[in-house]
Amino acid sequence: MANHIDLDQVLHTFILEARELLEDMEAALLRVADEADPRESINAIFRAAHTIKGSSGLFGLDAVVTFTHVVESVLDRVRDGAVALDEALVALMLASGDYIGRLVDAVERGEPQADPKTEPEGAALLGRLRTYLAGEPAPAASVAASGASGGGPARWHLSLRFGPDVLRNGMDPLSFIRYLATLGEIEHIVTLPDAVPGLDTLDPEGCCLGFEIAFLTGADRAAIENVFEFVIDDCELRIVPPGSQVAKYIELIRSLPEQRNRLGDILVRCGSVTAYELETALELQAAGASTQKIGAILAEQGKVAPQVVEAALAKQKQVKETRSTESQSVRVDADKLDRLINLVGELIIAAAGANLVARRTRNVELMERNSTLADLVEEVRDSALQLRMVKIGGTFARFKRVVHDVARELGKDIELAVNGEDTELDKTVVEKIGDPLMHLVRNAMDHGIDPPELRAARGKPATGTVSLNAFHDSGSIVIQVSDDGGGLNREKILAKGVERGLVEPGRVMTDAEVYALIFEPGFSTAEQVTNLSGRGVGMDVVKRNITALRGSVAIASEAGRGTTVTVRLPLTLAIINGFQVAVGKAVFVVPMDMVDECVEFAAEPGHDYTDLRGQVLPFIRLRDLFDMAAEPPNAEYRGHPPGGSGPAPERPGAAAAGTSRAARQNIVVVKHAGQKFGLVVDALMGEAQTVIKPLSRMFAQVRGISGSSILGSGDVALILDVPLLMQEAQEGRSQAARQAESPAASQ
Amino acid sequence: MNMTSSAFRIDGEFTIYRAAELAVALKAALADVPAGGAFEVDLSEVTEMDSAGVQLLLAAKRSSEESGRALRVAGLSPAAAEVFDILRLATHFGEAH
Repeated sequence: MANHIDLDQVLHTFILEARELLEDMEAALLRVADEADPRESINAIFRAAHTIKGSSGLFGLDAVVTFTHVVESVLDRVRDGAVALDEALVALMLASGDYIGRLVDAVERGEPQADPKTEPEGAALLGRLRTYLAGEPAPAASVAASGASGGGPARWHLSLRFGPDVLRNGMDPLSFIRYLATLGEIEHIVTLPDAVPGLDTLDPEGCCLGFEIAFLTGADRAAIENVFEFVIDDCELRIVPPGSQVAKYIELIRSLPEQRNRLGDILVRCGSVTAYELETALELQAAGASTQKIGAILAEQGKVAPQVVEAALAKQKQVKETRSTESQSVRVDADKLDRLINLVGELIIAAAGANLVARRTRNVELMERNSTLADLVEEVRDSALQLRMVKIGGTFARFKRVVHDVARELGKDIELAVNGEDTELDKTVVEKIGDPLMHLVRNAMDHGIDPPELRAARGKPATGTVSLNAFHDSGSIVIQVSDDGGGLNREKILAKGVERGLVEPGRVMTDAEVYALIFEPGFSTAEQVTNLSGRGVGMDVVKRNITALRGSVAIASEAGRGTTVTVRLPLTLAIINGFQVAVGKAVFVVPMDMVDECVEFAAEPGHDYTDLRGQVLPFIRLRDLFDMAAEPPNAEYRGHPPGGSGPAPERPGAAAAGTSRAARQNIVVVKHAGQKFGLVVDALMGEAQTVIKPLSRMFAQVRGISGSSILGSGDVALILDVPLLMQEAQEGRSQAARQAESPAASQ
Repeated sequence: MNMTSSAFRIDGEFTIYRAAELAVALKAALADVPAGGAFEVDLSEVTEMDSAGVQLLLAAKRSSEESGRALRVAGLSPAAAEVFDILRLATHFGEAH
């Protein structure tokens, strides 16, 4: 059973590696056009295809081998300079890479493999690939050139002795021979039973098999050696090239463990040497007429061997070096990381509880110890979260392909510029941001970038640019998708907004407010529906996805110059530094990164804004927002509910009957996306680590709350959704402004 | 050719996963074959065969011969036949060629 599990693991590794190789291949294909000297990239593409073919051969994944083999052959011709890697071939190679990816997916799902030769898509690709092989010296039967030396097939002789651990290491010599057969024709093979003992002494899981093979192929020595790449450390491989002197075979015989006569016999049976040739040569030596000759052979051996050994060592070293850099990182199951982070979350809650008790006991020593512990917990939290941080570059890299494909589809010449690939964010965020970004990029290409003629008329370079930019900004990651296209049509959007009843006619709106309309459900101007972006996902879905990640999205546009969509996301979804505030008995948490400062409460009489050092600061009264029953402790309170649609609930009495035993209210000034607003609260409780627990679905509709957290005391605190509150604060203000302008409109 | 014979049939996988188990079974089966007799191994129900299977068969052949018996392969499933074909094993196991 254990063996089965091992095999599954090996297969799993193969699948992971194949995907990585396909990614490498894709990246190289996409950069090859821009390179002055593409040789390195072409080699990388070839290596990727070659390695995938090699390892799938080991697993007997014939469909992958068959298909990849043709891909590799074409790439080999590219490498030789016989075929140019032009745009059409790059596109074909990308499609082929996708197809291999699907074959690998099928392997992972354990599905039976379709034969690419008969399966329509595979057959179509193979047909297109084969056009690049036309003019190739016609390969005989299954012989196709892998690392072809250009000539027709020639007879090689291979002498194979597998090491004792080959089987135990999960390798099957038979697979190598099957794979070898894909490179040419095995003319003769002799399975050597000589080293196999009887049943009494046999180690059934050890390997003592050997083979002598006469092999007809157009491939070169490196290609043949490559077949055995995965087993080379554990196998003796001797190759006698075509057209070798009989002396070479004698040399071979001398170096092999089996009896000479028998080997000679085998070689003759393989057809590698004729009996006559061998006899003559052996006689010559035996006659002693040529002690010198033996010496010469030995000398030759001495000459040849070091080079071969050196090459082998260099290769081995190379393999080991790449392995050692690989081993600096460890693959960890994402679930394990999630579990760790959950535990760290529990740890923080527990530590907060302990701290609370310590303070209550007023035991100074205990409090000190607790404070040290709290520092450590904080560090553990940071390192644990750091483990899950990944660079956004990987996500960006995927878009190169998208831009390449979509640009072709649209008949536009579009380039992707990428900035800030090294910006890190939580893996869970990365996974969820891919689709919304994809839509934004497609949108930018489809609607943003104008057709070439229009660009020319506007005096812009023919190649349009879509840029992806990422950077950190006050606890968030900001991702911008920009294009240098025509910009949004303000009038058209506004007209559509009025038509759909999203905007009252004649309402004065800022550009940002108008552009934000395109995120409304079902909003699309007539021009916007094309087969590309009209794929059922609208900008409203983009916005909903981003909001679900506690992020926000904004749009800026300049007519004739381009559009920039700015997405802001929290760095992590799990644990934040929170600032706790209280309203009545309820505790709320504001993400610390967004807290700018705290000031004493003061308001312009009758308004929901205050004067912050000469600036207007709109604010929200949390007590009103959440309709909390307790009376505010401040006599100056004026009920003036902010924002929202529908009639504002009046709170008569509350405003008039102020209680005079006023504890001072405070305003927490929060900053988001470059703007500030205030939150009016009863009390400031200070900073604390906050483990975010999602709200149950029942509360999904509650506006202004993005999650919950458990306090040290065991009470629940609600985490405020600052971006949403800010939106409400602004709406409240513009509503107030409108009411002031035209009092009739709202009555 | 049918003298005293006892066919030992291998069902299912004839691979590394069962190599240890099958080695013991083959040894036991061979011991039951009278001296001078033929040890027949029936591979007609083999679903999968790898190098370890090949090696076991070669070892069984050696043991048979060393103890004055002969080993014959009595039947070949398609999976086994494919392996025999690739490695040209027929020469070792006296199938009529």
